[in-house]
Amino acid sequence: MFLYTLKRLFQGLVTVWFIATATFFAMHNVPGDPLLNDRAVSEAIRANLESKYGLDQPLSTQYFIYLRNLSTGDFGISFTQENREVNDIIREHFPVSAILGILAVVFAATGGILFGALTAIYRNRLPDFIIMILVILGISVPSFVIAAMSQLALVSLNDLVGTTILPVAGWGTILHMLTPALVLGLGTMAYLTRLMRSSMLEVVGSDYIRTARSKGVPAPRIFTKHQIRNAILPVVTVLGPSIASITTGGFVVELVFAIPGLGRYFVQAVQQLDYTVIMGTTVFYGAFLVFMVILVDVLYGFIDPRVRLEK
Amino acid sequence: MDKRSNYAGSAAKQLGVYAVYLAVAMALIVYILAFFAGTSGALINGGAINEERNSITIALAEEPPQLDSTRATDASSFIVIAHTMEGLISYDDNDQLTPGVAERWEIRDNGATFWIREEARWSDGLPVTAHDFEYAWKRVVDPATAGEYAFILYPIKNAEAVNRGDLPKEALGVRAVSDLVLQVDFERPTPYFDKLVAFNTYYPVREDFFVSTNGRYGADADMLLFNGPYVLTEWIHGASMLWEKNPYYWNDEKGFLDEIVIAYITNDVNANLNLFKDGQIVQTSLTAPMLPTAMEQRWQIDRFMDGSLFFLEFNHREGRVTENLNFRKALLLAQDPSELVYKVLKEASYLPAESLFPVWIQGLQGAFRKEYPVPEHRMDLERAREHLERAKLELGINDFPPIVLLTGDSSLSLLAAEYYQELFKKNLGLELRIDAQIFKQRLAKMTSGDFDIVMAGWGPDYFDALTFGDLFSSWNLNNRGRYQSEQMDDLIRIAQSELDPKKRMDAFSSIQDLIYEDVVIVPMYERGISFVVDPRLKGFKRRSVGPQVDYNYAYIERL
Repeated sequence: MFLYTLKRLFQGLVTVWFIATATFFAMHNVPGDPLLNDRAVSEAIRANLESKYGLDQPLSTQYFIYLRNLSTGDFGISFTQENREVNDIIREHFPVSAILGILAVVFAATGGILFGALTAIYRNRLPDFIIMILVILGISVPSFVIAAMSQLALVSLNDLVGTTILPVAGWGTILHMLTPALVLGLGTMAYLTRLMRSSMLEVVGSDYIRTARSKGVPAPRIFTKHQIRNAILPVVTVLGPSIASITTGGFVVELVFAIPGLGRYFVQAVQQLDYTVIMGTTVFYGAFLVFMVILVDVLYGFIDPRVRLEK
Repeated sequence: MDKRSNYAGSAAKQLGVYAVYLAVAMALIVYILAFFAGTSGALINGGAINEERNSITIALAEEPPQLDSTRATDASSFIVIAHTMEGLISYDDNDQLTPGVAERWEIRDNGATFWIREEARWSDGLPVTAHDFEYAWKRVVDPATAGEYAFILYPIKNAEAVNRGDLPKEALGVRAVSDLVLQVDFERPTPYFDKLVAFNTYYPVREDFFVSTNGRYGADADMLLFNGPYVLTEWIHGASMLWEKNPYYWNDEKGFLDEIVIAYITNDVNANLNLFKDGQIVQTSLTAPMLPTAMEQRWQIDRFMDGSLFFLEFNHREGRVTENLNFRKALLLAQDPSELVYKVLKEASYLPAESLFPVWIQGLQGAFRKEYPVPEHRMDLERAREHLERAKLELGINDFPPIVLLTGDSSLSLLAAEYYQELFKKNLGLELRIDAQIFKQRLAKMTSGDFDIVMAGWGPDYFDALTFGDLFSSWNLNNRGRYQSEQMDDLIRIAQSELDPKKRMDAFSSIQDLIYEDVVIVPMYERGISFVVDPRLKGFKRRSVGPQVDYNYAYIERL
């Protein structure tokens, strides 16, 4: 098990290096000049800026300097936020995204498992139909529409009651987090519901359930010990990557609800060709995603003994 | 069948039990997360206006990249700096110049002198002195600072040479004669210098404090020193800011509020509108689709021109079809900006543009455009086609190659680009190829001349016609279409240096005519913004030049 973990970690490291390299060269090939701005500057100022950011070096030299800095965890200084280090940006804003992301995943996982189990129990009956229609909506309606509509609903709700029950936007208290987290987790919740449902149905027809029933095991016990426990495995598998993708994909929700998360910096950096921030956030997010996948793989061994045996 | 529903019933019951467990667990998680979020939290003040605390809450569109007044270049920074800093001269609530840190000043043809008021203080209580200006200005032109706005100091003697690295920064023509007298030498006569010093880049920086920040000046609230009506006391990046009344500020006719809370940073216009509706912020902008809602709510809708002008800029470089005057004339005559604004863009707060000089530019007494009307423009297809035929003859071609129209990637610019594509196809039989690019790539292509026509825009830096007037001089780096004409250069030199106001304005008028006759650009629209303010807030101002929103004169009306 220890060796297996070590091997996976090494593989992860190679993946992160690959992400860093691919991003570096892709970014330098995006058309546009990061140092250009509304007001044109003289040659002398431009030369100064180029040397400040090391853009006067050949690309290969830039790449090796970059790798060297990366190995010490130094992402450099932002092009647009001239006095801020990329590390500071990540340190200040990632926790916000992470809190929002974790809450969203908690919502998504809880909702997904409960609704998925419910639809499987009531297969082809009314609760199943209603929930599946909502699931299809949740998967197909993009998050910016849901975000805008839920915000509008909040305004109407507050208007109706006469005071602000739930804040419309902003960040700081529990109340600020609930709506955005729910909106952010909705897509994943819908996906997990479907996954849980099909996995439950697959399990219910299996031999061991039949055996358990014929032995006369009480229904709640079959449901808990045999059905849920087996059906939940695929859900756990996708949970790790979805924590990463929810945490990194909150740009729209962060914008609509004025949340100071990292997603905003991630997207704006690409729009403004802020090289150091693009590199910093991409590599950070990439490493985060890789780490989550490894974590789930390792945890899987504890949940499912078969995985342990194979390795 | 019976058995199956039995199983379903007991399983569902079991599931219900789990749901309760999960709900409890979730509440616990939310509680724990909230505890952690507390450290990165925003300022919540509860409502747009808090009479008790004499405070208001507002939203900001973007996080300022940094707040060093000498290096700020974006609208959000301008807004914060306009409330927390003050230059030698500033603008009053009527857009007229009013004394700032300088109590009086004198502008001569070879230089200027500013007498600094004794009572002007930094937010740590120390006096603002002439040395703080000298230090700031030398830092701006120092090539090591790489300030984007260094060009705005070029009227000062040797500024350009210092900025190019040809002279040491000590050679800059500014010196503090004493703590309270600042002496400036000019490179050339600069009659509008009083308007220049009202701009951010000319604001003071105190040397000892700057040095103590170790290169992080402007990065955080405690890495800044202020001399304006408000002090930035808290700044949580990307989330919130708190401006508190500056106890050391000298002018009691400014800064009536005790605090201004910026609780939201988002450029999502709908989110801003929702916050306003919910009574969380005092003011918000309205886009065209929001106007019906606003009218339903019976809000008092105001409009202001945000100062910027948008136009089609031709590529005047050799070898381009657009270098041909008759070709440009044909395009000019084949379009009508009011059709673009009213029928295509449908932005009620925009104005069809007619000139390089927007409507709000001041002339001798009143509005420049009243004193010097633009050459009358009428769409005239017959003449347009005549010019196009002549262009064909002069260029020696039978058919025009596809014309590349470079544009940004916003929905508004794409809409306008498609309109022109359709229009010139229909009216002139011209093929336009739209080249939509992200901001930085559009700039790169503009700079290298990789376009025929570009949809460009320009916003003012100072309250003088020259902020637009010198755009098409042969030496202006922002003249990205490389228009060159000696007549234009001569006129701009007069506009820069002529001390007689009448002659100076005449020069601007000639520039206006020349832009039209030579079809340097085809004006598109002047951008305006509709907005709505909480009726309890008075004295709030939106400006065309400087900060777009100004709360310096704002106060809460108590009933």
